[in-house]
Amino acid sequence: MALNVDKKSLVSVEGVSFSYGTTPVLIDVTFSIMPDDFLAIIGPNGSGKTTLLKIILGILQPSSGVVQLMGEDVKHFSHWERLGYVPQKATHVDPFFPASVREVVAMGLLSQKRFPRLLKHKDEKAIDEAIEKVNMRRLKNRRIGELSGGEQQRVFIARAIVNNPAILFLDEPTTGVDAEGQARFYDMLDELNKTYGITIVLITHDISVITKHARKVACLNQRLVFHGTHEEFCNSAVVQEILRGDHHLVCHRH
Amino acid sequence: MEAMLTYNFMQRAMLAGLFIALSCSILGIFLILRRDAMIGHGLAHVTFGGVALGLFLKITPLLVAVAVAALCAIGVVELKKKASLYGDTAIGIFSSIGMATGVVLASLASSFNVDLLGYLFGNILAIEKAEVLIAIILTIVVLLVIVLFYQELLYITFDPESAKTSGIHVARLDSVLAILVAVTVVLGMKVVGLLLVAALLVIPSAAGLQLAGSFRQAVLFSCLIAAGSLVSGLFMAFYWDLPASGTIILSSFVIFVILFCVRLMKRRR
Repeated sequence: MALNVDKKSLVSVEGVSFSYGTTPVLIDVTFSIMPDDFLAIIGPNGSGKTTLLKIILGILQPSSGVVQLMGEDVKHFSHWERLGYVPQKATHVDPFFPASVREVVAMGLLSQKRFPRLLKHKDEKAIDEAIEKVNMRRLKNRRIGELSGGEQQRVFIARAIVNNPAILFLDEPTTGVDAEGQARFYDMLDELNKTYGITIVLITHDISVITKHARKVACLNQRLVFHGTHEEFCNSAVVQEILRGDHHLVCHRH
Repeated sequence: MEAMLTYNFMQRAMLAGLFIALSCSILGIFLILRRDAMIGHGLAHVTFGGVALGLFLKITPLLVAVAVAALCAIGVVELKKKASLYGDTAIGIFSSIGMATGVVLASLASSFNVDLLGYLFGNILAIEKAEVLIAIILTIVVLLVIVLFYQELLYITFDPESAKTSGIHVARLDSVLAILVAVTVVLGMKVVGLLLVAALLVIPSAAGLQLAGSFRQAVLFSCLIAAGSLVSGLFMAFYWDLPASGTIILSSFVIFVILFCVRLMKRRR
């Protein structure tokens, strides 16, 4: 394990375990995410990646262990506007749902508002800026269900970054997106990370993409079997074992 | 139209009907998109049990019905979550229990059967002044809650999981919406009848969804279609001497079919 929990971390996961009934999904997972990281979380199907993300975001409660977001226990965390989240099913939008791109992006602003969470004039500017960042201006008044998978994904990114969050979580964001769309999507994540300083936490199965874009990698198989830089990841025997040699790894220099 | 509105009963029908239609059509958008469109029918059955319980216990039946329907609406929400059931299954369970309770209680005290039917099958053409007031107050409450929670309700309807990560209390809002629907169904049934309130929760919203390019448009179209159906339905009922509930529902269905065809044509272009 190359990296340990740090007090200055944006996210700190300490000794987290979780079970669905009697089936253990996560066992004693400990790691931290630092500002400006581009962290890819990988692992085989059923290794607990999505469960871990849901625990970090407070959607699921761990059976043991503690998660801290920006120094606060996730149970009492209140600065949700500093987090952005793009869920796994983001490319499975109900095609008949009548929300426009602008309406979907506006949802992201609610985390910074208190009751009554009404949108104000200045919010329109923030929405337009977020849409601009993901190059979706020409489609901003279209129904989300009419867009392609890649375009929908951009809208969800815009929703997640409309508050200028410190950290962006993405759960298998390119599922259902074509190869060209995926390449553009990951380039956009790079830009968000490097230009806007947004920490990226990405769950993915796509090894080639993470070695090209991610600077750190965490590999889960119920337990955290690897956490380190992507160079260390490329040379890691334990990762090769977990992936059973199915993937040809190409490590790119950042 | 002018001649029709010279009659007090038609004025009351128009006024109360428009207010109930407004409440139902706004709530209907959320219900349809949450796959809970049949909750209106389900809660109508539950209301049968609630009214029967009220009459049996000699407590104001309408209050008991509102409480029972609200509890069952929350029960549907909880059953969907805790028992991982689809909405229609949860609704089916509660509506059956409601009907069964009503039938058993009505059988135990057969004397209140006539009262029971009076509570269940309101008639839009026999609305009293107090019922107009009920419709207006109900609609003001529904509109107030929807306006105050509009963004959150849209978010939890579209993507409840992400809404949670925005600090939105999804479970609490689910309950608020469920209670609002329950109160609307019970009071709406009393004012305009079971058939109409259940239809107004589904058809105008389904029609509005055919052409809406945004959620705001869907709400607006749904309200306009509900109002249009009500006015045209009452008009037909008055001049052709037909049952008003039936003509209103058929009007909304005709609008639905027209908008559905328009959508199909737009898609082909």
